[in-house]
Amino acid sequence: MDHYLSLLASSIFIDNIALSLFLGMCTFIALSKKINAALGLGLAVIVVQTVTVPANNILLNYFIGEGALGWIGLPDVDLSFLMYLCFIGVIAAMVQVLEMVLDKYVPVLYGALGVFLPLITVNCAILGGSLLMAERGYNFSESIVYGFGSGVSWALAIAVLAGVREKLKYSDIPEGLQGLGIVFITVGLISMGFMSFGGIAL
Amino acid sequence: MLKMSSAKKTLLEPLISNNPIALQILGICSALAVTSSMRIAFVMCIALTIVCAFSNLFVSIIRNHIPNSIRIIVQMTIIASLVILVDQVLKAIAYDTSKQLSVFVGLIITNCIVMGRAEAFAMKNPPAASFLDGVGNGLGYSLVLMLVAFLREFFGAGSVWGHQVLTPSTEGGWYVVNGLMLMPPSAFFLIGFIIWGLRVWKKDQVEKKEFTISNNSRSEGAL
Repeated sequence: MDHYLSLLASSIFIDNIALSLFLGMCTFIALSKKINAALGLGLAVIVVQTVTVPANNILLNYFIGEGALGWIGLPDVDLSFLMYLCFIGVIAAMVQVLEMVLDKYVPVLYGALGVFLPLITVNCAILGGSLLMAERGYNFSESIVYGFGSGVSWALAIAVLAGVREKLKYSDIPEGLQGLGIVFITVGLISMGFMSFGGIAL
Repeated sequence: MLKMSSAKKTLLEPLISNNPIALQILGICSALAVTSSMRIAFVMCIALTIVCAFSNLFVSIIRNHIPNSIRIIVQMTIIASLVILVDQVLKAIAYDTSKQLSVFVGLIITNCIVMGRAEAFAMKNPPAASFLDGVGNGLGYSLVLMLVAFLREFFGAGSVWGHQVLTPSTEGGWYVVNGLMLMPPSAFFLIGFIIWGLRVWKKDQVEKKEFTISNNSRSEGAL
């Protein structure tokens, strides 16, 4: 249990997927103007990440990893070069399925997440989460914890940035720094704050 | 056939006046993560430029046969296949560098420059122009990436391209290395300042203010 708790804490704070690994930056910067939109997108990322990382973990361990096809008598086959193609396929399909399921059974949540779901397919935080899972060799239960934790970390980061940006628009910023420039510097400062978690040993 | 002047425009416009990172907000993730040393950044630039150019070319060749509703999946498949090729080649000829790049080669798939240009340019234009657009955007990305990597490596480790230029104080020299430059946040600051510099030079890129601050109406209260 301890192991999972520390994995969760480290994936949320120390290894923050947005602020220390820089994944999902494009949507992070482009959609953090309003705090409501940021929260919606953050929630969508948590849901999709928690589903896709374990799904990709199963795919990797039973189909495309080295020696993974042993259960049908092909222990020498290594299909891991297909990893990228399979992972992105799983993510695109999962997002599509999730969209349909939510639409049918949880219309309220669908209304809140609707516009953000298609964006998630091309969010590198999602693919990055799965690739990091593969690189670090997490097992199935670890991958659930990691998927959830990394989703929360991204949501936390975008909510913080959106909060800062809502205040920032009233401030007197030099002309050339207006918009994108000042956002980068703000993210840099937030990221420095998050670096202080790096000293924690778990 | 492509006119010379428009070809040149397609190729050179993304370098400064329509830079993918500084203006279009595309492909920022890897721009930040792989810039702590120039050599790694250079490999990343080459990989991205190749993928971007060829994905634009192939998407453009089959653009009239792609049904609109599944175009994203088709583009993704083309891009992912190209990335697999690049990744395998990289593992074969430069294994150490590919280990250092870790997941970021794979993340070229979701790099918004590649997707964005395939969607915005290659779906509407003939193959030759799309190829040039891909190369141009790849180079525009490389320009920012190499500049950031140069600044980070020079000030952070006192070296350029892995060669020691300034001897750090830990090895008896005079240069006290700036550790912050090797840390993640410095990339944000540097790109922020690059955008500032670019927009001071090219005024038309400046974004409009949402609110203007009115002048102080009671100046005695300000003191």
